[in-house]
Amino acid sequence: MGDYLNIALPKGRLGEKAYSIFEKAGYDCCEICENSRKLIFVNETKKIRFFWVKPSDVSIYVERGAADLGVAGKDIILEYGPDVYELLDLGIGKCRMAVAAKKDFHDDVEKTLRVATKFTKITRDYYSSIGRNIDVIKLNGSIELAPILDLSDVIVDIVETGTTLRENDLEVVTEIIPISARLISNKVSYKFKFDEITELLDSIRKGMKD
Amino acid sequence: MLVDEKKLSTEERATLALRSLYEKYGYLPYKMTKFEEYDLYVKNRDFLVSDNLITFTDTNGRLMALKPDVTLSIIKNLGSTGSVKKLYYNENVYRTSGWASGTEGTFREIMQVGLECIGDIDTYSVSEVLMLAAMSLKCISGESILDISHLGVLEDVFSCMGISAEAEKKIFEHADEKSASSIREICLSDGCTGEDADALASVMAEYGRPGEVMDKIGKLFGGIAGRDNFRELEAAVACLGSAGVTDMIRMDPGLVEDIRYYNGVVMKGYIKGVPQAVLSGGQYDKLLRRMGKDQKAIGFAVYMDTLERLRDASGKYDVDLLISYSDRADPETVMKEAAAAVAKGWTVRVAKGIPEGVRYRTMKEI
Repeated sequence: MGDYLNIALPKGRLGEKAYSIFEKAGYDCCEICENSRKLIFVNETKKIRFFWVKPSDVSIYVERGAADLGVAGKDIILEYGPDVYELLDLGIGKCRMAVAAKKDFHDDVEKTLRVATKFTKITRDYYSSIGRNIDVIKLNGSIELAPILDLSDVIVDIVETGTTLRENDLEVVTEIIPISARLISNKVSYKFKFDEITELLDSIRKGMKD
Repeated sequence: MLVDEKKLSTEERATLALRSLYEKYGYLPYKMTKFEEYDLYVKNRDFLVSDNLITFTDTNGRLMALKPDVTLSIIKNLGSTGSVKKLYYNENVYRTSGWASGTEGTFREIMQVGLECIGDIDTYSVSEVLMLAAMSLKCISGESILDISHLGVLEDVFSCMGISAEAEKKIFEHADEKSASSIREICLSDGCTGEDADALASVMAEYGRPGEVMDKIGKLFGGIAGRDNFRELEAAVACLGSAGVTDMIRMDPGLVEDIRYYNGVVMKGYIKGVPQAVLSGGQYDKLLRRMGKDQKAIGFAVYMDTLERLRDASGKYDVDLLISYSDRADPETVMKEAAAAVAKGWTVRVAKGIPEGVRYRTMKEI
């Protein structure tokens, strides 16, 4: 991908917020704000190229070197464990990974705990760290439904405001880890484009302070 | 027999260049069988790049494995002599090839070239191996970088800070993320002062020319600059300067290997265009001790399979000339045309009509 600095942004609200951080740091790309179906946007002066990808794919693009940098949630980093550098906490997309259950939930430690989640690795790591036997049920969406229909005892999911949980009579039992968006870098790009990446990092840090 | 170098693949050219480089510095070739007893790998599973092995039962009932690694076999067969042994190898190993997260990979036969320096090794030996690692990368590509670090220096920093063994283990697990916030959190939860936590977090996230990074480590943790490990690293860096490879050396304190096997200098090599490390190694005295050998050792391996990505588009054409003959063509004329093209140094494909799937630069119809 030449000598451009290639940056993978997650499609959606988080990606838009992340782009505004780059823009504030002087790495703008006006094309990106136009309503088009383009996937790649280039700033020839700054030698920078942005592209939108599915949020869960950002770390794959970065790890395999198709992107030099990317913005990924800490949840994605923990779940997929990509071999990348985690250079900066961008302080956006703040939420928490938590265990939630029905309001009347009582944890019977004699029984294997049934846990529904999209995040099977984070779930296994957490329960293994506290020595609890679990049965992980991998779901791809509407996780909140699982305890309501007795598919699971608890869920492990991202909680932002807690509104969805409250509306479904669920509540947070334990917070596992706070989540926010991180600027990640491909390890080889970091070495060969060190000056460009360091300059960009410094500009972002400065922009975040102002 | 003359070999046309242009016809060799990147991996073949690199193998020849590396063998020649190691022989120039007196390293002797080491050959071995393709399999070992499975037990050798079970005892040292975490030392392997991949712990997936291809196993089979020998005719006498012993469980065997196709070699996933070369270093363990070299150590196993090492005599007890104290003199320094300098060996290089060029062997196929059998392991899974997946390197990125979420990819198991499939079993592959992978060419691995590397060297080992074993015995009473000293600062010169360490520096020589580092220099040969740097030169190995240079042989393959002009755009390459060798990252180095020293586990002993890091352990000295931890002991200066009074970090617990548990926290040290966690720091090693997170070291290669360059996440200053993770390192800081681990230090603080281990009871370190905010100042110490910030200092270690900034050192672990550091990356750059050896002199600059070492200056920073020395300034933040003054007590370690006079210790043996720091002095060994300084001396090795000075030797690399004399060898003229300083430009491609970077110090990465976040570069760590499994401390159950490695101590001292560790290294990883990168080539522009390949999205993963192509070279990896370090000093592994602890592995030797685990295997009952009271000696020191340092070495590295170059993973030739990673060089596939460097192949250029030189295979744009399958042949320089396609001679397409008709039913009426005189076979002798066709033969003469083909021989004339070969004599010019061209590659030629002779076919009746135009064959499918053959990419040719020019065509002659007879």
